Amino acid sequence: MTGYRTVKTAVRALRRNPMRAMLTTLGIIIGVAAVIAMMEIGEGSSSAIQKTIATMGANVLLVLPGSAASGGVTFGVGSRLTLTPQDCEAILRDCPSVLSAAPVVRARTQVVYGNRNWVPSAMYGTTSAFLDVRDWANLSEGEPFTDRDVLNANKVCLLGQTLVRELFQGESPIGKEIRVKNVLFRVVGVLTTKGANMMGSDQDDILLAPWTTVKYRVAGSMLASANQSVASGTSSSVNTLSNLYPGGQPGLYPERSQAQAVNNPMHVRFTYVDQILAAAQSTEEIPAAVQQITEVLRERHRLQPGEPEDFTIRDMTEMTKTLTSTTTLMTNLLLGVAMISLVVGGVGIMNIMLVSVTERTREIGLRMAVGARGRDILRQFLVEAVVLCLTGGAMGILIGHGGSRLVEKVLRWPVATSPAAIAAAVLVSAAVGMAFGFYPAWKASRLDPIEALRYE
Amino acid sequence: MKLIELQDIYKTYYLGEIAVPVLKGVSLTVASGERVALMGASGSGKSTLMNILGCLDRPTSGAYRLEGQETSHLSPDRRARLRNRKLGFVFQNFNLLPRTSALENVAMPLIYSSDHLSDREARRRAEEMLRRVGLDDRLDHEPSQLSGGQQQRVAIARALVNRPSILFADEPTGNLDSRTSEEVLSMFRGLNEEDGITIIIVTHDPQVAEHAGRLIHIHDGVIVNGALSRSTNQFHGSRQSAAAKSGDSV
Repeated sequence: MTGYRTVKTAVRALRRNPMRAMLTTLGIIIGVAAVIAMMEIGEGSSSAIQKTIATMGANVLLVLPGSAASGGVTFGVGSRLTLTPQDCEAILRDCPSVLSAAPVVRARTQVVYGNRNWVPSAMYGTTSAFLDVRDWANLSEGEPFTDRDVLNANKVCLLGQTLVRELFQGESPIGKEIRVKNVLFRVVGVLTTKGANMMGSDQDDILLAPWTTVKYRVAGSMLASANQSVASGTSSSVNTLSNLYPGGQPGLYPERSQAQAVNNPMHVRFTYVDQILAAAQSTEEIPAAVQQITEVLRERHRLQPGEPEDFTIRDMTEMTKTLTSTTTLMTNLLLGVAMISLVVGGVGIMNIMLVSVTERTREIGLRMAVGARGRDILRQFLVEAVVLCLTGGAMGILIGHGGSRLVEKVLRWPVATSPAAIAAAVLVSAAVGMAFGFYPAWKASRLDPIEALRYE
Repeated sequence: MKLIELQDIYKTYYLGEIAVPVLKGVSLTVASGERVALMGASGSGKSTLMNILGCLDRPTSGAYRLEGQETSHLSPDRRARLRNRKLGFVFQNFNLLPRTSALENVAMPLIYSSDHLSDREARRRAEEMLRRVGLDDRLDHEPSQLSGGQQQRVAIARALVNRPSILFADEPTGNLDSRTSEEVLSMFRGLNEEDGITIIIVTHDPQVAEHAGRLIHIHDGVIVNGALSRSTNQFHGSRQSAAAKSGDSV
């Protein structure tokens, strides 16, 4: 008896009692539909949660310069200047696991608008990639500054909500000019509200500007001086004078003449940044991203094998853990629900198949009398159960998928189609058919043809 | 040629500890092309004998050769194959699959045959058999749309579809009125005379038995007459031995 024939016979037998077949599969249909709908809605919510957590910065890697040491005294992270903007470009170019990267130059100083002033907790000189890294690309007003602004050290800035509230008090800040250490910055955009971070510090108390502007017009290049609150103002005279790029630092030495420059060419001066922020492609790729950044930076900094790194990379392990455990919990919960409903459906199938075997005892006897072997009967009933389950599974997938689409349309819940769930539903419904169809089929195959033929 | 050869067949059922002997030493030969009626009162063992002849059941002891092949030790699967290839069954209550067309009913045994006919070939064969029993205008009728006689003819077509050498009919007219009984019986006769199919009818109705070429009476687990083919002409010896054995076992 060929497989094709078996399936055909099974379908024919099921068609003899379409109503009952329908009711039998209802258990599986509802089970699979529930599973598919739950999986899709769950996956949607899960990815929405993931996105939310990601905006908190779970995928962000912080590359910090290493620690300087002198005579056994180490000065802690950032005391040595090793990171350059070119490092940042190289990371972006050579690390496939890195989604985007932005250099950061920090400053902490007073911001003045009209008769109001404020010292934002963060004043970052960066590139527009910073917004991608921090998942902040949607501005509530205006537009981000461009790479051209960075290149030209244009005096433009983006403000966080707290800063806007403190300085502008309901007025729209777009196009207004604020003063930072006597440098006029035009406000081009306002960031959306992000609230406090996990440590409780206000993330909206921020000013973003091109790093060139911050570095050359506002801050001294040292992290140490950036950490001083309301800077001493030693460089203010330079900043007010210069509109040049790269802006002049306060000259410690007298200007060199052209002849001097030709005779004693100076070493290329590196421009250092305080840190580099990089975002991994996804939470799973964080370790890979760390690995790649390490390799790129070691090569760029010409570190010999075995030589300690002159930089450190920090990731948000705590957040990543939260993220992973949330996802796992969600998946397991759904899986549990799925299993219960499918087992209930399977028991229904077994029940009806047992009734069917009893009801069709004479038919089984007849088939045996005309030459069906026990295994032919076993196969026929097993295939019937599997066909029932697979049909139920297919209908369940359609209904479940339709249901989740409906939920998406009507309730506007996030929904994600999950091919894995569909594949699993098909496999599981076939397995349920096999598992719960086996006992009745086995019972049928063990019938004695004489008894079966005589059965009333 | 001896198609069927039974030698000293015993069949005992066990109801718990109690042994119930049903067949008590049956010896019987049937030649190819015979038309035999197996008669006996209910409880005489004729159904058991029929089941053993039809390879549905195994004797407790004794030898059964079908076309010269010993069958009493075959596995259930081998016996199923044998039934499929060589034997056809017609039952008192027709045993057609409900809500299934006559054609599909007739083609049903073909799906268990080892020569894997194609769908078209199977259909052709089933149509041919239905034509043979005069139902070629009822191919797509379901059993519920057919009369009793027609249903039994579908059952006969089903029994013939694998071209068996023996056709067993267990009370084939038990559920039919006398006119349709006559039709069915004359059909058996036709099959026997024209196609040379050996026919064994189990009945308790003397009128049905009259249609047979040979009568075998079974009483209380032993054959009381007709144990041997007329062609073999050893009637008396067999009867005496059977009688002797029945005497022993009682």
